[in-house]
Amino acid sequence: MKRQGPIILAFVVGMLMMIQFFTPNPFFLSLYNTVLDWKQVVLGCTFILGTWSLIRYHLTRIQRKQDNWRYSYVTLAGLGFMVLSAGIWKTTTGPYPWLFSNVQVPMQSTMFSLLAFYVASASYRAFRARTVHATLLLVAGALVMLGRVPIGAYFSGTVFGVEISLVEISDWMLNVPNLAAKRGIMIGVGLGTTATALKIILGIEQTYLGRTD
Amino acid sequence: MSLTIDPGIWVAALFTLAIFSFLYKDNPVYKFAEHLLVGVSAGYYLVQYFFSAVYKKLYVPVFINGEYWLIVGGILGIMMFARLSRRSEWVSRYPVAFYVAAWAGYVIPSYIQVRILQQVKSTMFNPFAMSIQEALSATVLLVGVITTLLYFYFSAEHKGGLKHVSRIGITFLMIGFGATFGYNVMGRVSLLIGRFQFLMTDWLGIIQ
Repeated sequence: MKRQGPIILAFVVGMLMMIQFFTPNPFFLSLYNTVLDWKQVVLGCTFILGTWSLIRYHLTRIQRKQDNWRYSYVTLAGLGFMVLSAGIWKTTTGPYPWLFSNVQVPMQSTMFSLLAFYVASASYRAFRARTVHATLLLVAGALVMLGRVPIGAYFSGTVFGVEISLVEISDWMLNVPNLAAKRGIMIGVGLGTTATALKIILGIEQTYLGRTD
Repeated sequence: MSLTIDPGIWVAALFTLAIFSFLYKDNPVYKFAEHLLVGVSAGYYLVQYFFSAVYKKLYVPVFINGEYWLIVGGILGIMMFARLSRRSEWVSRYPVAFYVAAWAGYVIPSYIQVRILQQVKSTMFNPFAMSIQEALSATVLLVGVITTLLYFYFSAEHKGGLKHVSRIGITFLMIGFGATFGYNVMGRVSLLIGRFQFLMTDWLGIIQ
């Protein structure tokens, strides 16, 4: 019951989801849509559970007065205020969308933009031309970067009688060798994912169930 | 220079500077902004998921429209909370198994179609229906895909012919990683320029 039940459920649900793809039967289509709705509800509940874990984590930090525990009040206040404001003023007016546009969005994009500085230092380490392959990485990266800035358009030359600009080389790098590598990885990932999914449905892969009893 | 009087822009600008202050070193202003971001984001997504999933897909259909079979999703969702107790933790395996299996069942046909067959089809080409330059690029693409795949083939030891072929695969992978890295760097730099543009234009009004 503790382990076999979920495995049987996984088999039934997995097979049903797979069958609906191959049949135009409206019953299977309706069942498929219902399962998708159930999935959404489970996901919503999972998010509530995750938020509860976050609250518990910060409450424990405050209780034990761990390092920087005072900032946990800020997190809890931010979370509580967002939920309360959505409940009182709805999600389309009032502080909820205001905080989203003026606090969350600018801070999130600034966080990501900060990575530009760290990426610069990472490039220095990654792009050192010590081997042939590292040199290829350096050349490809440099060509793509130069091709994406206005100055790249000024670099051009004639190769075998054909006029080629750096922008064209950069585009070619992205659309041919880069695409080849990505496509190879994508096909590999597709094969791996399909195999893993099949193992889950057949009950061979059980790690998602957690520890054994 | 014309400073804005919009409080929203002022708040956004001050929090932008608070996050940028991390470039100097980890400091209380940054920590405050970081913790607030975590709280506000968690609150935002909690509300969004609650309304889009629990309210729209459970409360409205079951309690207003009378579609009682949708309560199964609610029961599975409630079973997730069994995780909070160690004794009843096993109950949460049912919703987890349901969710993972629904994903697995969906993924098998769609991934085979989109990530495998479609990609293989797009790699094939007719050299007589294109220019020499296009045919050359298509050949490079085909060789790149095959050698990259062979590089990840671990059922046989990489020696002899396979070793050489997989080395060509590494070459494509390195060019691919380099190009992706360069593209990513440019993306981050654009984002950084965007933030400075916001500070200079919307907040300080230096750039019109």
